[in-house]
Amino acid sequence: MDQALVAKSVFLAVPLLLLGLKLVPLRWALRIPVALVGAFVLALIISNLLPSGKLSYLVSFSIMAGIYAILTLGLNTQWGFTGHLNFGIAGFFAVGAFTSALFTTAAPTGVMAQYTQQAFGFEAPFLIGILAAAIVSGFVAFLIAIPVLRLRMDFLAIATIGIAEIIRLIFQNERWLANGPQPLRGIPRPLHCLFDEPSCAPGPLATLLQPLEPRDYIYFYLCVVTVLLALTYLLVETATRSPWGRVLRAVRDEEQSAAMNGKNITSFRIQSFVVGAAVMGLGGGLYAHYAVTIDYSHFNPLFATFIVWVMLMLGGSGNNKGAILGAFIIWGVWSGTAFLTGMIEPTLAQISQDLPARSAYLRWLLVAILLAGIVLYRPQGLIAEEKVVSRFLAKTGIGRGRRKQAREEEAETAS
Amino acid sequence: MNATQDPTAQAPELTPRLDERIRAALQTRTAMAVILAGLLALIVVLAIVQDVSAGRILSLTVWGIMLGGVIGLGSIGLTLCYGVLKFPNFSHGAMVTLGAYVTFAVMQALPQGEVLRPFSFGWEFLVALIVSMPVVGVVAIGIDRVMYRRLRQRNASLVLFAMASLAMAFFLRSIIYLVWGSDFRFYYEGRANPALDLPFGLRVQADQFFILGLAIVLVIAVYLLLERTKMGKAMRATANNPELAQVRGINTERVVAWTWLMGGALAAAGGAMYGLASQLRPEMGFWLLLPMFAAVIMGSIGNPRGALAGALIIGVAQQVSTAFLNPAYGPGVAFILMVLTLLIRPQGLFGGTE
Repeated sequence: MDQALVAKSVFLAVPLLLLGLKLVPLRWALRIPVALVGAFVLALIISNLLPSGKLSYLVSFSIMAGIYAILTLGLNTQWGFTGHLNFGIAGFFAVGAFTSALFTTAAPTGVMAQYTQQAFGFEAPFLIGILAAAIVSGFVAFLIAIPVLRLRMDFLAIATIGIAEIIRLIFQNERWLANGPQPLRGIPRPLHCLFDEPSCAPGPLATLLQPLEPRDYIYFYLCVVTVLLALTYLLVETATRSPWGRVLRAVRDEEQSAAMNGKNITSFRIQSFVVGAAVMGLGGGLYAHYAVTIDYSHFNPLFATFIVWVMLMLGGSGNNKGAILGAFIIWGVWSGTAFLTGMIEPTLAQISQDLPARSAYLRWLLVAILLAGIVLYRPQGLIAEEKVVSRFLAKTGIGRGRRKQAREEEAETAS
Repeated sequence: MNATQDPTAQAPELTPRLDERIRAALQTRTAMAVILAGLLALIVVLAIVQDVSAGRILSLTVWGIMLGGVIGLGSIGLTLCYGVLKFPNFSHGAMVTLGAYVTFAVMQALPQGEVLRPFSFGWEFLVALIVSMPVVGVVAIGIDRVMYRRLRQRNASLVLFAMASLAMAFFLRSIIYLVWGSDFRFYYEGRANPALDLPFGLRVQADQFFILGLAIVLVIAVYLLLERTKMGKAMRATANNPELAQVRGINTERVVAWTWLMGGALAAAGGAMYGLASQLRPEMGFWLLLPMFAAVIMGSIGNPRGALAGALIIGVAQQVSTAFLNPAYGPGVAFILMVLTLLIRPQGLFGGTE
């Protein structure tokens, strides 16, 4: 067997292993070995069946879908669990991306300083960069939250649209901050040297990486994204099942009774808004290191706000599994329609000469209609929110009874 | 300390603490107006500090009033929809753009006539404007029939309405892109539009006076419609209390349709004016969305006169601040004014005390 394929399979096995650990319905003692073997076998099959071009397409598709899944999880913390209407995801995404980029690049010197301007450059490691992305994004959210979150929910929607627009304007016009309208280039990719010169890797890893080329780096980055996605999922899922998460849901559904039970509503609202924004900032950081070159135009309302909303609404607001599922489906629809519009281009040309060049907007139209359809016909999404999230209630008879009751209620409202 | 000597000290709940009293004083309409006036004065002072001539500041102020007229046309429709239907319509910006482009399309179908000096447009622009207003209004009613009415019938929550309107914003925007493309368009490509020389070094185009005049005429028309006609009365009643209005025999669905028709028509007029003052871009309505919402909140939701007043304040602040600020940050100025309103007096300048 081709050595390169084996090496690729090892990388592909990581996301599959994580998926297996979540999905295999066995006890942990059995689940781990089964998932391990299953993931590696599946990875081998996939990498042998698909031609290498298609395989790398699949990998880069999964990276973007994984980044979107992190954004969707962040939005789920805000909207799904607390009911914040954040229409400015693009802003926090951009803050995260530019923060991580500024932290990890070196400040330009000499001739380069004429072409690239940035406020600072720390040459910090990747992990520090994305951590800073999350913290700064959360801090920006905190600043916005103070004046706006005390008020009605619809004001937050208006204010966040404004914030995203202003953040984009700042990154567009302030040259000193992050190279103004020009793109910020050369954002380092973590551990890229492993693929440039295998001697950089220690012992056994070097033999594994030997057959791979620098352009196969995306296989490694897929592992980075999926591991961080899994960690984010674990964090958000644990948080929402904790007492903290239950208070958030109480604040969302019954504000007055939550207040009556001694919960500080404003404080909880701000907390969930900040946590969600920090998760979005993390997604932005991951995007920056994947894209290598970023500029303000990447963070427009369509790609960074609207599509994330469609993902969450389709997957199921209030459900973290649904959020991830929705991200992969919608990113699949978005990528798939690129082929579709390519196919119908001759037909479009017959209608009007200008249409083929504008066929990208047909995809916008499709996504907009999709969201309208979800709002009209299935506002709860593919996987509806669980009514009972407490681990303790689920184990007792009360919990099971309540679950059944909740399901029946849902069936009633659906019919 | 004072409170102990005060005779009303026996009823402490009746004598508010000092900080509460300050807060209450800040929340009055007068305080809000004083703060806004102070902010406008600060902007002018900042411009003077930057060595901007008085004539230029005056010109910028007049341009700001014109821009306020454009924003006002959009925000009157927005505030009517917000008041009657109780949700922020995020697709209002797209309706503004649609109005500008429909005007453009109608103009292309018409023969080009003489220029009506001193304006830069001919009669075909006026005809196109009159055609596009009901067209966009009907489009708004159509969207309401397909989307919002179904949500109303299900008693859906406010957030679902907001999200549906976001979907419709992107829907309309992608249709505009599909039909007209992403290039800039002009109503009159390359036509000279000289500014008039007025006293005090004022330089204003005749078109800008037309924009303001049209805005004033339309606002008066809306005012008369709301105050003098039966439909206006029904509209105000529905905005105030939909259930009660229905009980009194008002056909709320008809009221809603009229609201959309008016909102769409005013948005179309605003879009055409904005296109005349600058150029047509598919994003133009989105740029106006933030100033429009700021004007609506500042002038109290559901209050057309307040929306126009807010729009004028925001228009002037945006234009005069360009003397020392990158003009790209115009929406940022509107945003700061909006946040200030939310902090001091969330119910706006013209709202009752809650």
